[in-house]
Amino acid sequence: MAADVPVTRPSADPDGAYHLRLYVAGQSPKSVRAVENLRRVCEDHLAGRYTIELVDLLENPQLARGDEIIAVPTLVRKLPEPVRRIIGDLSDTEKVLVGLQLLKERTDP
Amino acid sequence: MTAPNDRPPGVPAARPGLVKVPTGIRGFDELTGGGLPAGRPTLVTGGAGSGKTLFGLEFLVRGAQELDEPGVLLAFEELAPDLADNAASLGFDLPALEAEGRLVVDAVHIDPTEIITTGDFDLDGLFIRLAAAVRAVGAKRVVLDTVEVLFAALDNEAIVRAEFSRLLRWLKSQGLTTVITGERGREGQLTRFGIEEYVTDCVIVLDHRVHDELATRRLRIVKYRGSAHGTNEYPFLIRSRGLMVWPLTEVALEYDASDERVSLGTPALDDMLAGGIYRGTTVLVSGTAGTGKTTLAALAVDAACARGEKALFVSFEESPHQIVRNMRSVGIDLARWIDAGLLQIWGERATAFGLEAHLDRIEQLMDEHGPTLAVLDSVGSLSHVGAGAEVTSTISRELDMLKTRGITAVVTSLNHGGQGESSSSAISSLIDTWVLLRNTESDGERNRLLFVIKSRGTAHSNQVREFRLTASGIELLEVVVGPQGILTGSARARQLAERDATAAGRTADLERQQRAFERRAAEVEAEIELMRERLAGQRAELDGLAAETARDDLARAAVQTAVARHRGPAGSPDGERLKEGS
Repeated sequence: MAADVPVTRPSADPDGAYHLRLYVAGQSPKSVRAVENLRRVCEDHLAGRYTIELVDLLENPQLARGDEIIAVPTLVRKLPEPVRRIIGDLSDTEKVLVGLQLLKERTDP
Repeated sequence: MTAPNDRPPGVPAARPGLVKVPTGIRGFDELTGGGLPAGRPTLVTGGAGSGKTLFGLEFLVRGAQELDEPGVLLAFEELAPDLADNAASLGFDLPALEAEGRLVVDAVHIDPTEIITTGDFDLDGLFIRLAAAVRAVGAKRVVLDTVEVLFAALDNEAIVRAEFSRLLRWLKSQGLTTVITGERGREGQLTRFGIEEYVTDCVIVLDHRVHDELATRRLRIVKYRGSAHGTNEYPFLIRSRGLMVWPLTEVALEYDASDERVSLGTPALDDMLAGGIYRGTTVLVSGTAGTGKTTLAALAVDAACARGEKALFVSFEESPHQIVRNMRSVGIDLARWIDAGLLQIWGERATAFGLEAHLDRIEQLMDEHGPTLAVLDSVGSLSHVGAGAEVTSTISRELDMLKTRGITAVVTSLNHGGQGESSSSAISSLIDTWVLLRNTESDGERNRLLFVIKSRGTAHSNQVREFRLTASGIELLEVVVGPQGILTGSARARQLAERDATAAGRTADLERQQRAFERRAAEVEAEIELMRERLAGQRAELDGLAAETARDDLARAAVQTAVARHRGPAGSPDGERLKEGS
């Protein structure tokens, strides 16, 4: 799971399919917000080329180990590789886009 | 294993209600009077390589293996295979414990470079993982190693702090005894992220420092709420069989004192010590080079093996082969005891591994061989390894180890010329019997003297003995005191010769007188014989005379008869017969 790709690298394959998995814990306000924020970002930037898998750790606690989940909500970009993790309720759209490598980081020259 | 209430004397009582659980780490439970606070978190902090992860590992493994307390390890820094390797270096088999359902190792891999945080989050993911693992094995113990990785990886420190605090509350509510390891911070801070402020019950600092090229590990209990604790720094070892803390200054003096005396293999020395030394005590044999320290020690070994006991000979100066050969030259056959499995000789340069490893090795040898007598030859060699204080401390720990096991110890120590008795004084308080060997130089020769400086509980001889190494072992000679003090070597021989000469003179005189008397007696005897013979001669003469007289009388009577007969009838009938016949 080596992250040999720097954060600032722009998306390598803007047209490829995105497989996203969102880990939440129950129906907490954070979880609900995260789901809403993710849907919005995907519709705005990845319309038609994304799938979202929602995992509730309260129902499937054993799944936390597989994707090295410590915080919730955590969004894991399974595809395209490399795997990326975005922790939080995804309220900062710009950061989410950076995390998904759909946007260069603001500080990038 | 020390039960929570089984507190050694000298360790103050804990606050009532504070329950402790043994860690299973040798020495630590004694030091804390029972172990760590039960059901509460403890922070173990230290720099890189200070042994904090191993502390946590042993706490878990001992719990799972020996105390029926399954455990969970959440490892943030190392991968599971690395952890298994680390644990294996202490002799712990993590995969086996996991397979038996007594341990869960969850290596949490966090790579800050692939994580971005945005907006609000919590650490429920971690909580859920931990709770699942705790449930899976029914854990009583948890180790978080090293939890500060979370602070570095997740850039919202306020959330991490709040969540960490919540995690501790959760652990306490679950009654889990927890060890949290932390990285030592800069400028005297206990941890890099100040997590000590959340762990209020017990804080332990581990330290690995190098002083005079000698690495020593130390452990200090900074805080132990509700319990008295030692405040010193305690040396500890990472051994091949787990950690070991040496609470030397806290060690209760609780040795069983045996009344049995054991021989040191030299009857004359045993006599000086009123019958040998007490079993389980420590004898120091000190002296300058070539005074026979090793030989004295080998004799003690020989005597022990001859009694059928096991002995361990640890040499820092010679190889086992060399010792056997050298001792054979003074008539001590150690090879037969080795063959019989009674004696183990361990030769090791003290400089080879450093003091820690050395202590570890010795302890392992004790465990494996189980001797009743151990020789350390010579502890002076240890001073090549480290600075004075460390060496003294190591030797003390070693002697302490022997004493608590009830092993009689013979320790030799090399004095350098002129140091005499003071050089060994650092460990003297741990020594029960101290035999000093000294060379004296006089009349162009060096001779050995043996003193018993002290022997606790023994009316030992105050005399000096001359000590000789011969082909048949050691000879202790009664001291000869001449006009100039103690005489040794040829001076002694001369004095003895003079004494012998005088004695011989007296003997000759007596013999002469005896012979004279015998001669006189023989003469008298002869005289008596002579007189007796003379007397017998006179008697014989007398007897002859008497016989002659009798014969004459008879003849005279016959003549008279014949005359009478001849004179006729008027005479006697004899006269008639004489007439007829003629």
